[in-house]
Amino acid sequence: MNILAILIPVSLTLGGIGLLAFLWSLRADQYEDLDGAAWRILMDDDKAADDPDEPAKGS
Amino acid sequence: MAESPGLVACPGCIANPAELGGKGSDAVGSKLYLSLPGIHCAGCIATVERGLLARDDVYRARVNLNRKQVEIAHAPLTAPEALIEHLTGLGIEARLLDRDALGQTEDVEGRGLLLRIAISGFAMMNVMLMSVAIWSGAEDATRTLFHWLSAAISLPAVLFAGQPFFRNAWRALRVGRLNMDVPISLALILASIMSLYETAAGGHEAYFDAALSLTFFLLCGRYLDHRCRATARSAAQELAALEVPRVLRETAQGRETINLSQAQIGDHIIVLPGARVPVDGVVMDGTSTLDRALLTGESLPVNASEGTQVHAGEVNLSGPLTLRATAVGDETSLRRMVTMIDAAESARNRYTALADRAAGVYAPVVHLLALFAFLGWVYVAGDVRLALNIAIATLIVTCPCALGLAVPAVSTAAAGRLFREGLLVKNGTAMERIAETDIVVFDKTGTLTEGQLEVAALDALDVDAAGVALALTQSSTHPISRALTLGLTAAGVCPATLTDIKEQAGSGLTATWKGAEVRLGSADFTGATATELPGAWLRIGSGTPTHLALEASLRKGAADMMKTLLATGTEVHLISGDTPAATRAVAQELGITTYLASQTPADKINYLNDLADQGRKVLMVGDGLNDTGALASAYASVAPAAAADAARAASDVVLLGESLAPLPNLITTSRSAKRRILENFAIAAGYNAFVIPLALAGFVTPLLAAIAMSTSSITVLLNALRLSRKVKV
Repeated sequence: MNILAILIPVSLTLGGIGLLAFLWSLRADQYEDLDGAAWRILMDDDKAADDPDEPAKGS
Repeated sequence: MAESPGLVACPGCIANPAELGGKGSDAVGSKLYLSLPGIHCAGCIATVERGLLARDDVYRARVNLNRKQVEIAHAPLTAPEALIEHLTGLGIEARLLDRDALGQTEDVEGRGLLLRIAISGFAMMNVMLMSVAIWSGAEDATRTLFHWLSAAISLPAVLFAGQPFFRNAWRALRVGRLNMDVPISLALILASIMSLYETAAGGHEAYFDAALSLTFFLLCGRYLDHRCRATARSAAQELAALEVPRVLRETAQGRETINLSQAQIGDHIIVLPGARVPVDGVVMDGTSTLDRALLTGESLPVNASEGTQVHAGEVNLSGPLTLRATAVGDETSLRRMVTMIDAAESARNRYTALADRAAGVYAPVVHLLALFAFLGWVYVAGDVRLALNIAIATLIVTCPCALGLAVPAVSTAAAGRLFREGLLVKNGTAMERIAETDIVVFDKTGTLTEGQLEVAALDALDVDAAGVALALTQSSTHPISRALTLGLTAAGVCPATLTDIKEQAGSGLTATWKGAEVRLGSADFTGATATELPGAWLRIGSGTPTHLALEASLRKGAADMMKTLLATGTEVHLISGDTPAATRAVAQELGITTYLASQTPADKINYLNDLADQGRKVLMVGDGLNDTGALASAYASVAPAAAADAARAASDVVLLGESLAPLPNLITTSRSAKRRILENFAIAAGYNAFVIPLALAGFVTPLLAAIAMSTSSITVLLNALRLSRKVKV
């Protein structure tokens, strides 16, 4: 049963990482425009410089 | 019909952009929001963003497709109007949104719910893992350790994630009512406290996993519900942000642009062609025609000249007008209409959603059962701890998890299916109400018919006359001229060569053709006798005037839709603000037997109220401002996408496409959605009927509670999803 002392923290940490990843995505406005995100992937960005898709610059 | 002023060719605006711009930029390095009602795909996003960024004065442009808005950061001196022009030039309809009226652009509540879902989901999965160990037979110290770990995870998680329920429950209890959140909160709190106590005492049973999965599933239901309502709310906010913000005032010093709120009675207000009249007033100068379709439902424009009364909301079509304002702000007829709409809406709010009705029955029953279990076991076994445990088990297994999901899951599935068919369901209870309607009332202008007029017949014209007519109509922007131009061009007519074309606003056109004077215009203008049919008269030289009759064309899908509705035995009425002749023609063409013409907006509301008093449940379909009150007071309502903004806001469902064809489908889908909701209630009740006796008898373990809860929730979800799958057939 000593293995529990390792396994439980490991599983909690892994879960915690998932949770943090989600919280980060929430903060980064990734759920603001779900329809738009679905379409944006189809845009052909020939000129990367024109692409304003950087939420970091935004609000 | 509800064309934005920005779309209409407007020489005055183009002539004055600098002036408007000077007043428009009130912030430095400003940010602004434009509404883009027409965008729907990647191509549109790319056009808008790249188009805007191609300008030097735009620093950043980001489209939000969900809200159909673009957020622009631009140079302080750039006028919003210039950006709108720019987008219009790219073929994108754009309207300025007032940032103050728009309020919060971010969906804070939805974000909060997502955060809580994430926390409770994370906690639930971890606690479940440990519960599996306990269920499969962990003993003594291991079990207690796992219980403590579960407690450490779940207590903060429940406290944080359960807040929406606690808050709602407290709000209801404070005013002495019971709602669905009261049994939920009670179960969450009691289960947590009792489990903590059991853990401390080294007991067997802890319900941490149940408390968390309950929170998780219920939050999911809450989020689905929120998404539906957020769509509706942002539509309403957009409406408020779209109100005519600025007006052009003429003073002794010249023209100035002011905010509408600054306009005062007696001010001289200039209304350029293409713009909407901002105040009620009397025309002092200028002649023009006014489109009153949105206010009254009249399909033909009316003339305006000195002394004519005009009302806020009418669209000035041909020439500039100077008005003396007689009513501004809240006193205008447009405002009064909005007030009337608000009053009508409160009537609809009396509808109690199915879910609330279920909760009304459900909450007291659950509490009584738990109390009964507690008292019964205290009496039988004399052990308070055991009795409390059983009472809590009862509360947990009966917790309205499935009930909380039953309605939002079905609404979301059905709304998704309807959306693919071109119907946007804005109101959470709309489908429940539509399912109950037994009579459909239509508006005519703009709903059953298109706003555009079309030529009825050209047989009366010979080739020369047709050419003359086309040459004349081409030179005018009057709606009748435009309709005639379209019809004549489609008939392959070549325009004749005319000289000296002059437009006399409000009456017609004159020109010279082969030395003879030709006239095209109203009956008076050409010396003809007026008929009931709309249209124009053409007179060449001193000959007899020929009548070019126009008729309103039926909207696409209207005939099929009506056939389906009548075939299913639905009662259909038509009420219109238009003339009796025009209304009768449409009614007869579609086979509607009950129709009323020349109805004012108040008449329409009264008509619907009378029907409601007879116990009828009305589905109203309309588009104009004159229908808005009726849309709001009907049991349920539908508006086409081209409708007046206020009409769209007041209706439950918006038809996104041009066609009326999906309408019968809306009714059948709503009915099956309602049936599905009731089925879900039955499933939830069935589960409860099965587990309640077990719980009361004390047989429910945390494992059984977890199984019962998840299976009922998943069954309910699957049943709801059947609705959205049917569309693939």
